[in-house]
Amino acid sequence: MSTVKPAYTRPLDFKHGRIDMSHGSGGRAMAQLITELFAAAFDNPYLAQGNDGALLPQAQGRLVMATDSHVVSPLFFAGGDIGCLSVHGTINDVAVMGATPLYLSASFILEEGFPLADLRRIVESMAQAARAAGVPIVTGDTKVVEQGKGDGVFITTTGVGVVPDGIHLSGDQTRPGDRILLSGTIGDHGMAILSQREGLTFSAPIVSDTAALHGLIAAMLDSGVQLRVLRDPTRGGLATTLNEIAGQSGVGMMLHETAIKVNQPVEAACEFLGLDPLYVANEGKLIAICAPEGADRLLAAMRAHPLGREAAIIGEVLADAHGFVQMTTRLGGRRVVDWLAGEQLPRIC
Amino acid sequence: MKYVDEFRDGVLAKNIAANIASEAHAGRSYRLMEFCGGHTHAISRYGIADLLPANVRMIHGPGCPVCVLPIGRIDQAIRLAREQGVILCTYADTMRVPASANLSLMRAKAQGADVRMIYSTQDALQVARDNPQREVVFLAIGFETTTPPTAVAVRQAAAEGLQNFSILCDHVLTPAAMHAILAGGVEIDGFVGPAHVSTVIGSKPYEPFADDYGKPVVIAGFEPLDVMQAILMLVRQVNDGRAEVENEFTRAVTREGNLKAQQLVAEVFELRDRFEWRGLGSVPHSALKLRPQFAAFDAEQKFMVEYVAVPDNKACECAAILRGQKRPQECKIFGTVCTPDNPVGSCMVSSEGACAAHYSYGRFRESA
Ligand code: SF4
Repeated sequence: MSTVKPAYTRPLDFKHGRIDMSHGSGGRAMAQLITELFAAAFDNPYLAQGNDGALLPQAQGRLVMATDSHVVSPLFFAGGDIGCLSVHGTINDVAVMGATPLYLSASFILEEGFPLADLRRIVESMAQAARAAGVPIVTGDTKVVEQGKGDGVFITTTGVGVVPDGIHLSGDQTRPGDRILLSGTIGDHGMAILSQREGLTFSAPIVSDTAALHGLIAAMLDSGVQLRVLRDPTRGGLATTLNEIAGQSGVGMMLHETAIKVNQPVEAACEFLGLDPLYVANEGKLIAICAPEGADRLLAAMRAHPLGREAAIIGEVLADAHGFVQMTTRLGGRRVVDWLAGEQLPRIC
Repeated sequence: MKYVDEFRDGVLAKNIAANIASEAHAGRSYRLMEFCGGHTHAISRYGIADLLPANVRMIHGPGCPVCVLPIGRIDQAIRLAREQGVILCTYADTMRVPASANLSLMRAKAQGADVRMIYSTQDALQVARDNPQREVVFLAIGFETTTPPTAVAVRQAAAEGLQNFSILCDHVLTPAAMHAILAGGVEIDGFVGPAHVSTVIGSKPYEPFADDYGKPVVIAGFEPLDVMQAILMLVRQVNDGRAEVENEFTRAVTREGNLKAQQLVAEVFELRDRFEWRGLGSVPHSALKLRPQFAAFDAEQKFMVEYVAVPDNKACECAAILRGQKRPQECKIFGTVCTPDNPVGSCMVSSEGACAAHYSYGRFRESA
């Protein structure tokens, strides 16, 4: 009879435990972290295959792939955390291409000493966001860097989706006369992060708008309106995203300041810090540009969805050889809405 | 923040604009200088120029803290961070001001200097508390509005015995700069006086400009409608041949100003004999330094970093722009070599700078 004892590994201490270098070594400690945390939380048949990569069924349509790294600080903020943010961000990048997001991958860079309790909170938030969106995390990776070489945790997610036939959204397709629609208020995510970082407190807390937009986008595509382009105005905010599109299409734009909604605490925080909400990041908003005749129908479709209740037509596309994005101000004057210069808000997502 | 919208009401703006248009005499021009960068920003940001008749022209003044810092002052901060290994704390705007040798604080940071962007003097103090083994220097810039918080920080550091904290003091004074402008002989019919600065210093320091120079001054709040109202009041003074200090911003500014803040500043700071400004040159009694009893917190003395004057880039017209003699679009490299992403002069850096404001908000006007 063999005297070898059955293998026993003490379960991870999610209360007091911390990440150490062995969790990235490729050895047993890493395998344990994967099994007890990642695989348990993300739980799906593709991940359960347990191979180096996920073998996925054949998909119908053109593939879209997008990737996004997340380095937000603080890791936990009002309205979300780096976990759900990393799921939403990549789903949105896939969805604004007109695609149905199908799968995600997640790659973690962990800093030695990072509390396992925080890691579990983040991973569970990711799992919940992925489940709610119906997009499984099918493969992943974990690396550990020495203390001081990271900042807790960085997460890179990659998403794959398929675009149904007949849909072709691209930034170079807008033309003069097109209408510009925005799905809601601006600046919420960036100011939620910044006000927390700066310890600013306002009468009402500023809550990040982080959300997966593929449901809203599906409803917009179902409306049958011919969309030219969809974008989520994340880093650099609304202003930067519109300048990108104007540049790609070789057109100008005229926005109307009174149509662009900003939540009051966000406006107050921006005033206080001298920031312009047009340049502040969003994580659950989208810009849609469509032909003028479909604008009202598209607006109605957006407003019928919970994430587009405050949607508005905020401007129109103009012919302009200089490619200026302009705005009529609340006062009735005009101004350019330029690219953001420099880095206004580092580590916002 | 309900009140913000009230003061930006487009209907009110149209009414004031109509009054300005009907009261400004067609036969003459009105050259009005908004001293303060905050007003420059508001005028550009809200397109106020579109609401004014062609003969009422706004001239941008030098009231933008980072614009008036000469290259040598930024060099000093960079030297501190690179050669003395201090942690240099600075407001975001200052990070991108071009310095000598193709550097800026941002580039110095990228090359390894420990430069940290902060939002308040309290952040700088905290950096000093968190890094007791390092020297921490706060680059203290700005007009009379930012001086009291610096004074508080210095007093706090003294009270706590924070020996690793000091400031590089580049605090400057508004009235001295206005004197220098008028002495420079620019044609100006009146000033829109600063909002925040005046809440601290009051309206009294502007009286010599009305009494001695015969220039009307109207102190205006920081909202765009305040600025428009002030413009209307200036047009009326010019029409009546009056030169008075009027106060549009009575909801915050008194004649005497904030005496407590003034006292605090006087306790910590004293006048420098002279200070070199970008554009205005060396202006007597135009800036502050720490009083001798706070010398331990004066980075210039502590690290013996001297100010070395450096000439501006030859193509850059910042100096003439800051004096009110030229407009940004008259600079040959405006919008080509010099843009907010690659500023050549300081006026292209801060959103309060005349070049940046015109580039970011107003340059569609030349495209028409
Ligand atoms: S455009 Fe640039 S170089 Fe020219 S004056 Fe302005 S800041 Fe100086």
